[in-house]
Amino acid sequence: MTTSTPPPADVDVVARLRAGPAGADPEAHRRARAAAAAAADRLGLADVAWGAVDSPVGTLHVAATDAGVVCIAWAGDDWQARVAATVSPRIVEAPARVDEARRQLDQYFAHQRRAFELTLDWRLSGGFRRQVLQALAEVPFGVVVTYGELAERVGRPGAARAVGSAMAANPVPIVVPCHRVLRTGGGLGGYSGRGGLGTKRALLALEGVVLGVG
Amino acid sequence: MDLPPFDRLLDAHGEDVHRYLVAVVGRDEAADCYQETVLAALRAYPALRSAANLRGWLLSVAHSKAMDHHRRGGRSRLTDRDLPERADRVAGDVDAGVPDASLWAAVRRLPEGQRAAVVHRFVLDLPYADIGGVLGCTEAAARQRVRAGLATLRRSLGEPAPSCTRLAEDPR
Repeated sequence: MTTSTPPPADVDVVARLRAGPAGADPEAHRRARAAAAAAADRLGLADVAWGAVDSPVGTLHVAATDAGVVCIAWAGDDWQARVAATVSPRIVEAPARVDEARRQLDQYFAHQRRAFELTLDWRLSGGFRRQVLQALAEVPFGVVVTYGELAERVGRPGAARAVGSAMAANPVPIVVPCHRVLRTGGGLGGYSGRGGLGTKRALLALEGVVLGVG
Repeated sequence: MDLPPFDRLLDAHGEDVHRYLVAVVGRDEAADCYQETVLAALRAYPALRSAANLRGWLLSVAHSKAMDHHRRGGRSRLTDRDLPERADRVAGDVDAGVPDASLWAAVRRLPEGQRAAVVHRFVLDLPYADIGGVLGCTEAAARQRVRAGLATLRRSLGEPAPSCTRLAEDPR
């Protein structure tokens, strides 16, 4: 009942083997890989599962553990090495895990959400940086603070520079709104996400923040 | 142990693992075997003692899942377990309608060790030393399995035996 075409008689078996089996194409692999990763997630074998989220400031990779969202990064950033070293190397692409985060991010970018209601896994930041980022998470939509004010909020007035480096190490940008932190006097300061200050301006514009001449 | 992200392992080697499985268990069963390979690899990953040859490790997990599959008579453990018409798919017409189905059916009829060695050598282009590593045998034994596998394939496909020079052309 075979309907395949036999190869020409002069083609050696080695050449036929080297041609490879039909059905072993990248698309078939992609499907098998997605199914395997989803099964790993269901069986509790994926310590970290991630999915891509399209946004007006670029494609984001959103990663979550059992405890919550652990990392948001721009596609192309090497966020996985940091997560593997700190949380677990058992990372797979299983987008169902971040469905809720994707839904809230979509709403945020569509002007339909002002506050994120997501549980965060803070394991990627420790000590002073975590304190600063947790204080920053309380800064609401459309409101900006300065590096110095944030330093005061965690009881370390004068530590504005250290606050700046906590921003640069923010593992969950957008949801923990480091784009809302400006320089005293209204200067934009920095932004370490993809697109740099352009992304920071875009996020502030989305929240209706009018920037002065800084 | 600093292990790389598992996702990166699949970026780097997933397609080869899949290609290997399609070659040894057929197109239709490869996805299930691939899933069993990924799950087994994830279970073992945190306790892995060396990150030196993760490609070889992943291929050896795939090899063991493919052997399980053949020992079950080609039936998938995950789906369609009760369909009697799928009971004899290993050596049969799994790939009816795909190019060169007779070759791949003959590959699947090879003894286990020969089958894996032949596919690693010519489908994945692995050197003999690496094949030995994946299959847990010496380089010389890997070479012997490939030679014996090729002879069996030629016999079952009605090809003439190769000249001595052709074997000598494969020095790796």
